[in-house]
Amino acid sequence: MHPAYSVIVFTTASGAGLGLIALLSAGAALGLIPPDRTLGIAGFGVGFALFTGGLLSSTLHLGRPERAWRAFSEWRSSWLSREGVAAVVTYVPAGIAALGWVMLGRSDGIFAVAGVLAALAAAVTVYCTGQIYASLPTIRQWQQPLTTPVYLILALATGALLATALLAVLGHPWSLAARVAFLALAVGLLMKMLYWRAIDTSRPRYTIEAATGLGALGKVRPLDPPHTQPNFVMREMGFEIARKHAERLRGFVVLTLFALPMALLAIAGAAPSPIPPMAIVLAAGSAAVGVLVERWLFFAEAEHVSMLYYGKAAA
Amino acid sequence: MPPLDTSRPVSDEVKATTCYMCACRCGILVHLKDGEVRYIEGNPDHPVNKGVICGKGAAGIMQHLSPARLRAPLLRTGERGKGEFKEISWEEALSLATDWLGEVRDRDPKRLAFFTGRDQSQSLTGYWAIQYGTPNYAAHGGFCSVNMAAAGLYTFGGAFWEFGEPDWERTEYFLLFGVAEDHGSNPIKKALGTLKKRGAKIVAVNPVRTGYGAIADEWIGIKPGTDGLFVAALIHELLATRKIDLDYLARYTNAPWLVIDAPGTAEHGLFARDEAGKALVHDLATGQLVGAPAAGLKPALTGRHTLADGRAGQPVFALLAERYLDPHHAPEAAAEATGVPASTIRRIAAELAEAAFTKEIRLAQPWTDWTGETHAEMVGRPVSMHAMRGISAHANGFHTCRLIHILQILLGSIDCPGGFRYKPPYPKPVPPPLKPFGKPGHVKPREPLGGPHLGFPTSPADLLVDDEGKPTRIDKAFSWEAPFAAHGLMHMVITNAALGNPYSIDVLFLYMANMSWNSTMNVPAVLEHLTAKDETGAYKIPKIIYSDAYASEMVAYADLILPDTTYLERYDCISLLDRPISEADGPADAIRHPVVTPDRDVRGFQEVLIDLGHRLKLPAFTSPDGSPKYPGGYADYIVNHERSPGIGPLAGWRGEDGANFGKGKPNPDQLRRYIESGGFHMHHLKPEQRFYKHANKDYLEWATAVGFMPSSEPVIFQLYVEPMQRFRLAAEGRTGESVPEQHRARVARYFDPLPFWYPPEDVAGAGPSRTAYPIHAVTQRPMHMYHSWGTQNAWLRQITNENRLYVHRDLGRRLGLADDDWVWIVGALGRVKAPVRLMTGCHPDTVWTWNAIGKRQGAWALDPDAPETTKGFLLNHLISELMPEQAGGYRYSNSDPVTGQAAWYDLMVRLERCAPGEPHETSPRFEPLGRPTQIDAPRELRFGEAFGGRRS
Amino acid sequence: MTSLPQRTDRKLGLVIDLDICVGCHGCATSCKEWNTGGYSAPLSDQDPYGADPHGAWLNRIHAYEVGEGAASRTVHFPRSCLHCETPACVTVCPTGASYKRAEDGIVLVNPDTCIGCKLCSWACPYGAREYDYAHGVMKKCTLCVDRIYNTNIPERDRVPACVKACPTGARAFGDLGDPQSEVSRSVAVRGGYNLLEAFGYQPVNKYLPPRERRDATTAARSASPPTMPTSDGTSIERFFAWVDRTLSAKET
Ligand SMILES: Nc1nc2c(c(=O)[nH]1)N[C@H]1C(S)=C(S)[C@@H](COP(=O)(O)OP(=O)(O)OC[C@H]3O[C@@H](n4cnc5c(=O)[nH]c(N)nc54)[C@H](O)[C@@H]3O)O[C@H]1N2
Ligand SMILES: Nc1nc2c(c(=O)[nH]1)N[C@H]1C(S)=C(S)[C@@H](COP(=O)(O)OP(=O)(O)OC[C@H]3O[C@@H](n4cnc5c(=O)[nH]c(N)nc54)[C@H](O)[C@@H]3O)O[C@H]1N2
Ligand code: SF4
Ligand code: SF4
Ligand code: SF4
Ligand code: SF4
Ligand code: SF4
Ligand SMILES: [Mo]
Repeated sequence: MHPAYSVIVFTTASGAGLGLIALLSAGAALGLIPPDRTLGIAGFGVGFALFTGGLLSSTLHLGRPERAWRAFSEWRSSWLSREGVAAVVTYVPAGIAALGWVMLGRSDGIFAVAGVLAALAAAVTVYCTGQIYASLPTIRQWQQPLTTPVYLILALATGALLATALLAVLGHPWSLAARVAFLALAVGLLMKMLYWRAIDTSRPRYTIEAATGLGALGKVRPLDPPHTQPNFVMREMGFEIARKHAERLRGFVVLTLFALPMALLAIAGAAPSPIPPMAIVLAAGSAAVGVLVERWLFFAEAEHVSMLYYGKAAA
Repeated sequence: MPPLDTSRPVSDEVKATTCYMCACRCGILVHLKDGEVRYIEGNPDHPVNKGVICGKGAAGIMQHLSPARLRAPLLRTGERGKGEFKEISWEEALSLATDWLGEVRDRDPKRLAFFTGRDQSQSLTGYWAIQYGTPNYAAHGGFCSVNMAAAGLYTFGGAFWEFGEPDWERTEYFLLFGVAEDHGSNPIKKALGTLKKRGAKIVAVNPVRTGYGAIADEWIGIKPGTDGLFVAALIHELLATRKIDLDYLARYTNAPWLVIDAPGTAEHGLFARDEAGKALVHDLATGQLVGAPAAGLKPALTGRHTLADGRAGQPVFALLAERYLDPHHAPEAAAEATGVPASTIRRIAAELAEAAFTKEIRLAQPWTDWTGETHAEMVGRPVSMHAMRGISAHANGFHTCRLIHILQILLGSIDCPGGFRYKPPYPKPVPPPLKPFGKPGHVKPREPLGGPHLGFPTSPADLLVDDEGKPTRIDKAFSWEAPFAAHGLMHMVITNAALGNPYSIDVLFLYMANMSWNSTMNVPAVLEHLTAKDETGAYKIPKIIYSDAYASEMVAYADLILPDTTYLERYDCISLLDRPISEADGPADAIRHPVVTPDRDVRGFQEVLIDLGHRLKLPAFTSPDGSPKYPGGYADYIVNHERSPGIGPLAGWRGEDGANFGKGKPNPDQLRRYIESGGFHMHHLKPEQRFYKHANKDYLEWATAVGFMPSSEPVIFQLYVEPMQRFRLAAEGRTGESVPEQHRARVARYFDPLPFWYPPEDVAGAGPSRTAYPIHAVTQRPMHMYHSWGTQNAWLRQITNENRLYVHRDLGRRLGLADDDWVWIVGALGRVKAPVRLMTGCHPDTVWTWNAIGKRQGAWALDPDAPETTKGFLLNHLISELMPEQAGGYRYSNSDPVTGQAAWYDLMVRLERCAPGEPHETSPRFEPLGRPTQIDAPRELRFGEAFGGRRS
Repeated sequence: MTSLPQRTDRKLGLVIDLDICVGCHGCATSCKEWNTGGYSAPLSDQDPYGADPHGAWLNRIHAYEVGEGAASRTVHFPRSCLHCETPACVTVCPTGASYKRAEDGIVLVNPDTCIGCKLCSWACPYGAREYDYAHGVMKKCTLCVDRIYNTNIPERDRVPACVKACPTGARAFGDLGDPQSEVSRSVAVRGGYNLLEAFGYQPVNKYLPPRERRDATTAARSASPPTMPTSDGTSIERFFAWVDRTLSAKET
């Protein structure tokens, strides 16, 4: 599948933003994070900026961004619509929690309830995003049990890294957040490895013979394409990445999204000031690069069944 | 659900006219909305396409809107070939053309060469050229398929090439030789669909299996150039198994005619004739020699018969049987050279016989033959065949095509139910009684030529040569080099004119032929000829006038451009005098008429030609008072011109009241009648006239009355072509006629009155060796492209804008080739670089590509980096126009030695893999051409936006 | 809207006969031509005269080679929307622009409400949805919904543009929900099949498979022994004798 930058940026940024918002509002509701004003402005500021920026970026992917509002109508059947609805819904409790925190310095009572709801809504939003992909039977690499969990865990991990960084930079206690981040990264790494193994070992489900129905006559090979230059379907669905290249990028993801941030978190936990905030910011930066590549790969490695008609032997 | 009006009006107006996205000439309905073309569909009432439309036809809108359309007359400003022009007015253009042409006509009319390409106005252009007085006129047939036309017309008075078609409704077995698409684009497709649904068997003989071959029940991947051997083996097998229609042969062919056996004399091999000149047969009933044809004969087909003068005569059939029953025509003998297993040849022969004789048809339709004998039914042999350029575009095409006709005739399958049927005005007498004009005495300043340029020589006296036997036509048609060149040799005009061989000319006038590119052989050399200069610095071809509608490669090589309209903007006449749209059930003709008005300063070429005719004061275009004979232009001409009394361009609605078909006074209302009736007229033959037209009294009498036939004599099929023997005798020195020494052996060999197979490379003589170039290279027409025109079409070019060289997997493996690799195609003339695609369905030693996809940079209003120019390639760069020097230095053209048909498909090459670092770009690429029109092609098209919608 | 109708009154669709399609692209350009000025107007084209020409087409023709050696064959393969009965291309649509009509089963995109998110194209295994880069919305085969009911069109022509165009008659249009319809019957007789049956979208359009060849690979016994000796001179005489016999038999 063609890795469209708008979609990559959307899913990663809004994932991280929602992760951050969820952690802050739930953490505050549970009394684990003090409703410090600066922290609130910075935290929700970054969270909403990423979340909203991501959503705006996603509209760049639309042919008719001015009609984006129409996407809310079909939540009964469409994960994309549900994602849109959930995203908008998230703004309400998250906004209330943020207001309470920033304006009133409160995260108790109804603000605590809002905080918990915001975290839930954020999770639901990311879940919907994951389901958009996981529910597509046309793409084996996406229709995997781990697709949505990976989306969720990476949103949590990147959000937690951001939270840890903010806490550390603003001088708040950050070790709990760091632990959450570390744990999320560790689980994320495991899930991503399992995901890769799953897509590497799961067998293609369809062949060019099944696609054309000509298998009874023998092996099918394309002779002439319908048109010389790639059409929309080939441009969108026909993106392919060389196996070797993909291997290298997976390594890069393991390193930048998981290994390096975890190492830096460990260093931060052990090192004396002023190293920890620097290490944590570095960890967040590394993970940001890593998650972008991870998402790029998520598309690039995905093979669409329709490409069988254009000569792919199996998908 | 959203509001949806499923019944929106399609258009404001529908106009029925004739498609010209190719030469098939289907009927189309052009939908106009707000004065613009909204939609083009097939006309269900039209006899040619009956409502269907092909890939090209449905993309007509994009042709009509092409940014490559020429916009105004152009005068060359830069060097020839640069494509630098200035726009001039029509008055300037026409007076310049009149000056150039008038001066030549006053001095020596043969110094104008007027050749026309893909047009369908040959009856007008030829007539104009006669009036002008030059002998140098022909249309494109010489490089197209004159082998088919000539072989058919010298054999049975019809031809595969548009003059007939299988009885699709009834045929049980259809043998298709060397056709990828052909002129009958839609009719053939429609027919194949019906045959398949009916379960009739289709056999495709073709080195490549695509398109029609893909759906055939059997594909015979023959080695190029060997069909003659294959067909001869089928004939052998049918004779050997006695599966031939003797009665048919005795009745309708010259099988019983006695051939004089007097070796060494001037009459050897000619027919024994009676005083009246009728050929003699031995009548078994009376034991007498009788002149044929005659009623009530029981002619002998075998034996040696003593003639009155004591010499012996043998029936044609005996000679024929001896030749093809010879063991060297046995299937085993043909298998290796053709690549078709002997068992397959036997099986096909058996299947042909089974279809012809076991599935015999008897139509309960009484008819009367030419002798007056009435038959209660029409017997049909439901075997039919069709062949085109896979046969014709080889230097042995004439004979191969004749072999196919002999196969049809032996099976008794011409113009019978289920067989191959003539389309009126065919059949014609064999050969048609027309002799070419253009002998030295025919050409005089300021005088029309005495008769038509093209015809059918029957003896050396008919040749257009001077006293020394040298050609009098610029293309050497009807000379000893190509005696039966019934369509001329357009492919040689530029070369001959530039080399001054046989002479040089002053003006070259071309119409609708891309002669600097895809319709020329050896493009690099021809480009040099077009720009060659003499010692004084003047162009060797001093003046070139050209009419095109689009910015083709040829435009850049002309001095004066007369821009034509598109096919939706003009009148055209698809005439019975020319290449009509007839069906086997009746003659039909058609028109085009302007359905939209041009938005540019362009004029229909026929209008221009008629205007020039008057400016030059050509008699037929000028009234006695000096005024234009056709002030109303082409429309006026179509209606009012009479070729002979009562016969004009259109056959329908003639006579003052429009009641006549064929003959009648001009009818001022004729065009309106055509327009109202869908743009065509078809006359339906009566059921009793529909078969056996060559011998059908009712048909022949009617055909004579409407002017199709000179008399109602039957058309006797010429298995044995006596005129060829006359040429052979002359070449052998038996007749005292002077035949230039260098041509003797060649004419003696190739003018065999019975067809035979020879390897095409024999014709080249000292040709390139088989070992250096072991691979055949041919082209095929893509169904969705018409030659070079499709490229400018925004829709069609999306389908194909670069071509590959298709290579058999086994050959690919041998050469280490994979898909998308690049190779050099190396031939005797040079090399061409091309990308490869491997396939299974082709002859293992044959490579091929789609024709005319490659384009020259700068042409057709395409961007400089269009794939057509960076990757698209032509094989034409490798196809020689001239054969290697013979002893004595003579160079024949690369053509069939009988007809002069261009031998495109005799190309032999080898493949060399490109080195790893070589750029993936085709070669050779020529200097970019300037763009004659400065229209910026749009970057995006949203055609149809204004018409569309979902609500009313 | 986006939810699929429980059942449709009719199942209109196409039946494509791979045994007779010659790959002429007539259906493809006719489709383009009709639809670029019809329901889906326009079907835009990008870089139409340049290096990378491409555009929105609702019907495209592939050519394949199948099998090996003498048994191999070439198959031309038109491909357009199959108007599936249970397609996710409809259910994934967030706007309801993509829908399946309850009355005839036609799957349409409403270009007035489509946001061009392309998700439906991801959900179609057949590659049958084409995004229009200029118009910013998704396009697809409409089964010529603006022709087949159009009373401004003569009744005999109220079929999809591609069906009317097809020179070989390889395309048929009808109600595949009605077992008595001509299309259903041809599917039954010829073993018409679904593309990617296992996928479960239940296409309405059907493909008729190429028929078995009738050539050397299928001929029962291809080599029949030569019927007469090929070399000795007397065979010709025997042949002539046969000719004479046959001709004289005719006279009596
Ligand atoms: N390698 C190879 N070469 C071949 C062949 C092959 O099979 N292989 N085939 C040969 C054969 S059979 C033929 S017939 C030739 C065909 O070759 P050409 O006769 O050259 O045919 P085209 O390329 O179709 O077009 C000729 C010109 O007509 C112009 N034209 C189009 N429409 C109009 C119009 O309405 N008015 C005017 N005035 N001009 C118009 C086009 O712009 C183009 O420049 O090619 C021959 N060359
Ligand atoms: N779409 C479309 N239609 C056209 C044209 C066009 O350009 N495009 N051009 C028109 C013109 S001008 C013409 S002349 C006709 C020509 O129509 P066709 O005769 O169909 O012309 P080609 O495409 O040259 O096809 C020749 C076929 O012969 C095969 N062949 C080559 N050598 C041999 C051989 O030795 N033996 C056998 N058996 N087969 C062989 C080739 O593989 C090819 O399939 O088409 C007309 N119709
Ligand atoms: S075959 Fe196609 S292009 Fe040719 S005349 Fe017919 S519709 Fe037009
Ligand atoms: S073919 Fe594709 S677009 Fe058409 S209904 Fe089926 S899934 Fe949807
Ligand atoms: S592209 Fe349009 S039709 Fe397709 S899913 Fe998105 S909104 Fe629906
Ligand atoms: S039914 Fe109409 S929209 Fe669909 S492929 Fe045919 S012509 Fe195109
Ligand atoms: S129009 Fe008919 S024959 Fe031509 S490609 Fe389409 S389905 Fe095949
Ligand atoms: Mo031609």
